[in-house]
Amino acid sequence: METVSNRAGTPSTATLSLRALHKSFGTFPVLNGIDLHVQRSEMVFVLGPSGSGKSTMLRCCNRLEEPDSGAIWVEGDLLTGPGVDLNKMRQRIGMVFQSFNLYPHLTALGNVTLALRRVLKMPRAEAEAEAMAALKSVGLSDRARHTPAQLSGGQQQRVAIARALALKPTVMLFDEPTSALDPELVGDVLDVMREVKEQGMTMLVVSHEMQFAREAADRVVFMDGGSIIEQGPPDRFFAAPEQERTRAFLSRMRG
Amino acid sequence: MDAILQQFFNIEIMAKAMPLVLKGLGMTLLICAVVIPLGALGGLAAALGSVSHNRLIRWSAIAFVDLFRALPPLVLLIFIYAGLPFAGIRLSPFAAVTLGFFLNNSAYFAEIFRAGLLSVPVGQTEAARSTGMTATQTLIWVTLPQAVRNVLPDLLSNVVEIVKLTSLASVVSLGEMLHAAGLVRSLTYNASPLVLAGGIYLLLLWPLIRLISHFERRIAS
Repeated sequence: METVSNRAGTPSTATLSLRALHKSFGTFPVLNGIDLHVQRSEMVFVLGPSGSGKSTMLRCCNRLEEPDSGAIWVEGDLLTGPGVDLNKMRQRIGMVFQSFNLYPHLTALGNVTLALRRVLKMPRAEAEAEAMAALKSVGLSDRARHTPAQLSGGQQQRVAIARALALKPTVMLFDEPTSALDPELVGDVLDVMREVKEQGMTMLVVSHEMQFAREAADRVVFMDGGSIIEQGPPDRFFAAPEQERTRAFLSRMRG
Repeated sequence: MDAILQQFFNIEIMAKAMPLVLKGLGMTLLICAVVIPLGALGGLAAALGSVSHNRLIRWSAIAFVDLFRALPPLVLLIFIYAGLPFAGIRLSPFAAVTLGFFLNNSAYFAEIFRAGLLSVPVGQTEAARSTGMTATQTLIWVTLPQAVRNVLPDLLSNVVEIVKLTSLASVVSLGEMLHAAGLVRSLTYNASPLVLAGGIYLLLLWPLIRLISHFERRIAS
């Protein structure tokens, strides 16, 4: 894949496009005009210090946060603005949360089938077949009847990924998917994310897993103070960052 | 000792009182069967109102709950039965009891449901909405089941309170269990029918109280 620059891609060709996104919490600006275009099957990794606005940006991408201004497109369809069928659009945007957010009163299978049955109106048998396929793809078909409390953190996060994948989204958002995990459980989740990427999924990932970014990302974006400071392919980004703020961040992360 | 047995545990009088007291029990159960579901539904509606984003709905719900939690149920019941006729609204004893208990129970159920809804982390709603579920679907399939599970002991405790509260219906001469027992007491000049009624309440509610303890232990663990 060729290097994607800041200006590459237009709202009509990119799978996910953010244009001039602004957002404030009260008087405190969190996003100061974000432009970002994620191409089909691209994995874009967002790095940045806490408070840099990266999670807020991600949460704007399915409007769990409402941007104050700017526009977002998914496959050329406008997500922001009035008259958008938000529930319809959200089916195309999978999201994985830091704290998994599995439904504790349902089994792993029930977690995955819920939206298939209630949103896509699938009959139970069909929904369960789809859900089992999704659980198999994250290596948990043998845990289908377990409740979240009976699963490890890593297994819970993989069920959460299956829950999002089962809707066959066109783009997946990952909000610090491994931050709440014990170190020994991180690898399994990253392996699943790698497989999801290999299936051709378009992915926007907010995470601190630098090593994973280096190996798996197509592009790394560095955010600070609500703006994108620098971006590029991981080789160049980590070896020769151009901006002073990026260098300072990377050296802090490396300790 | 014998006098105490005669006055409170007179088997003969209890046996005579039994048919009437059991008939009263039937009325007690009927009131419960009407008032508990109604109160639970009213309470759920008020709880949803009290967490609504719409200010008017929220304030109305909170005002409703505050008013009927503060108003003693006996005062409310007598007002409905004996006060409203002054405004030309005349209700049968059963209708008055139903209305009064509906208002009172709704307020208490509302506070319990409200606590339950607030106990569900916001991430649950976000996860459900991120899969394209509507707000209503999210409530029915994700938020409410967890809310109810989290406050199940409190909901059941409230049911116990309501069963006991139905004895207030005796003041409007509705023939529930206390009313029936009181009637026999006044005819026999003997307290045994009241002991009988008390015993039946105990038999009725004790299993429920054990069940509540069971749920409380399960939630604590």
